Amino acid sequence: MVEKKEKKPLKKVCIICAKGAIEDVYASLVMANGAVMEGIEAKLFFTFFGLDAITKKKMNRLHTGTVGNPAMTMPGGIPFPTLLGMLPGVEAGVSAMMKKQMEDLDIPPVDEFLDMITAGGGEIYACKLATDMFKLKKEDLSEHVIDIITIGDFYALAGGDNTQIIFT
Amino acid sequence: MTTKNIAGISVDVNEEGYMTNPSQWTEAIAKELAKEEDIELTDEHLKVAKYLREEHEKGTVLTVRKVGKSGLVDIKGLYKLFPGGPLKKSSKIAGIPKPTSCV
Repeated sequence: MVEKKEKKPLKKVCIICAKGAIEDVYASLVMANGAVMEGIEAKLFFTFFGLDAITKKKMNRLHTGTVGNPAMTMPGGIPFPTLLGMLPGVEAGVSAMMKKQMEDLDIPPVDEFLDMITAGGGEIYACKLATDMFKLKKEDLSEHVIDIITIGDFYALAGGDNTQIIFT
Repeated sequence: MTTKNIAGISVDVNEEGYMTNPSQWTEAIAKELAKEEDIELTDEHLKVAKYLREEHEKGTVLTVRKVGKSGLVDIKGLYKLFPGGPLKKSSKIAGIPKPTSCV
C-alpha cells in the first residue's frame, strides 16, 4: 500500500547574499521577490560584498566581472577573451548591456526591486560584521534595511517549519 | 482541461483552475473565482482584473511591476487586494492564463 505524502509547501525562505556582482545580487533579489509573489515569507541578509546591493551610493551601479569570468561569452557564443575584459571601459560597458537586457524583461533596478520585495512583505537585513568591516552605518544603507544584525540574529529569524536558508 | 459550472455558466478550466477560454469570462464568474481564493471581490479588484484582461489581449507579458506602474494601484496595494500571490490570484480571477514571469 502506498502512503500518501502530505504536501508541505514552503513557508519561508531566508536568503544570504554575500557577493556584489550584478548577477549574484539579482539572483538573491529575484529569489526573494519570487517568494513573496507566491505568498512565501522572505528575509534577505546582505553580507560582505553583498552590502553593495543595499548601500545607497552603490546599489544602482553594480557591475559584472569581465576578467577571469569563465562563464562570460560574447554575443554569438564565442568565448570572451580575458585581455578584452581588461581594457578600460569594457567592464562598465558589459554591465550596462546586462542592465539594459534586464530592464527589457521588466526587471527593475536594485532600489526599485527592494521596494517591490518589501511591498510584498519581504524583510531586509545587513550583516553587522560586514558593516563594521566596511565602516558603514545605517544611514549609508537603503531605507528598506530594517536593521544591522548578526548571523546569530538572522538564524533566529530563520526558525520554523518549512523554512529554507539559501546562500548565494 | 475540464468544464466547471461557475455562477451558472459552463466554463473551461485547466487543472489548476485557470480559465482556458478568456472570452467566457463575466464579472459574476470573477466573483465566484475570487471566493475560491478567499477574496471578497470589490470594484478595486475588478479594475485590476479588467486591466489584466486588456493587457493580456494585447499580448503583453504581465509582471507585478507593470501592474504597480499602471496607475491603478501601487505594489503594496496589489498585495493587499490579492494576498499570498498577487499576480497568480488576480490572473485567475481575471480569467486569463497563469502568468509566467518571475518578476
